[in-house]
Amino acid sequence: MNEQLTATDSKADKTVFGFWVYLMTDCILFASLFAVFVVLRGNTFGGPSGAELFSLPFVLLETLILLTSSFTAGLAMLAVHRRDNNQVLAWFGITFALGLSFLGLELYEFANLYQEGNGWQRSGFLSAFFTLVGTHGLHITTGLLWMGVMMIKIYRQGISIASAKRLTMLSLFWHFLDIVWIFIFTIVYLAGDIYG
Amino acid sequence: MVKRIHGAGRGTTVSYLFGFILSLELTLAAYFLVVNRVLESRQLILTIMGLGVAQLLVQLVFFLHLGRESKPRWNLTVFSFMALVLVVLVGGSLWIMSNLDYNTMTPTEIETKLLEEEAIPR
Repeated sequence: MNEQLTATDSKADKTVFGFWVYLMTDCILFASLFAVFVVLRGNTFGGPSGAELFSLPFVLLETLILLTSSFTAGLAMLAVHRRDNNQVLAWFGITFALGLSFLGLELYEFANLYQEGNGWQRSGFLSAFFTLVGTHGLHITTGLLWMGVMMIKIYRQGISIASAKRLTMLSLFWHFLDIVWIFIFTIVYLAGDIYG
Repeated sequence: MVKRIHGAGRGTTVSYLFGFILSLELTLAAYFLVVNRVLESRQLILTIMGLGVAQLLVQLVFFLHLGRESKPRWNLTVFSFMALVLVVLVGGSLWIMSNLDYNTMTPTEIETKLLEEEAIPR
C-alpha cells in the first residue's frame, strides 16, 4: 500500500514538475512581450499615450479582483488537501466569478479603446499594448475554461488523486497569471502614467 | 492519511492570508505613490519596480511555495535558469534598442539631447 502510494506520488510529482517547466517557458513568452512593449511605448505615431488612455482606479479594481481570486484559489487548494468537496466547489466558484469579472472589465476596456479609434492598428504602442494585455487575457480565459471543467468533474465525481493533481497545476497556473498581471499593472499602467 | 503531492509544496490558511495581505499592501503602496506623485519620475519608476519585484517574491513564496519543496529543488533550479534567460532577453533587448535609438537620431533630436545632457537652458 505504502509503496503504491509512493509510486503514484512520484509520478504526480513529475507531472506537476513538467507543468512548472511549462510555466517557466510561458514566463519567457511574457518577458519578450514586455520587452517589446517597453521598446515601443513611446511610438504613439501622433496618437494618445498610455497616460491619456488609461484610468488608474479602473485598473486598480482589476488588480484587486485578480489578487483576491489568487487568494481564494489558494484557499480552494487547502480544501482539496482536506478532501472537502463542498468547500472546494465553493472556493473555486468564487475564484471563477472573480476571474470572470476581471475578464469582463478587461474586455470592456478593450472595447472602449477600440470604439474610440484607439485599436491595435493605431500605433506601435497600442499594438504592443493589445498583444501583451491580450495574451494575458487569453491565458485567463483558458484558466477559466479549465476551472469550469474541473468544477463539473468534482461536482459529479468528487476529488480523486488524479483531479487533485490537476487542481494543483490549475492553481499554479492561476497564481502565475496573477504575478504576470502585477507586472502589467506596474510597467504598462503605473509607469505609463508616470511617463505621461 | 491524506496523500501529499510534493511537487508544488503547500501552504496553510495563515500563510495564504499573510501573502494576500502583503500583496494588497504592496499594490496599494505602488498605486498611491504614483497617483500622488510622491517622488520625482525616475525615482518613482525605480520604487514601483522595486515594489513589483517585492510582490513577485511574496507571491512566489506564499502562493507558489517556491523553495519549500523537498530536495533536490528542481522547481527552484528551473526557475533560476528562467530568471537568467529573462534578464538576458529583456536587458539585452532594451540595451540594443536604446543604442539603436541613440545612433539614429535626427539632427533636431541630437540638439535637444545634447542641450539636455549638458543642462543648458534654452
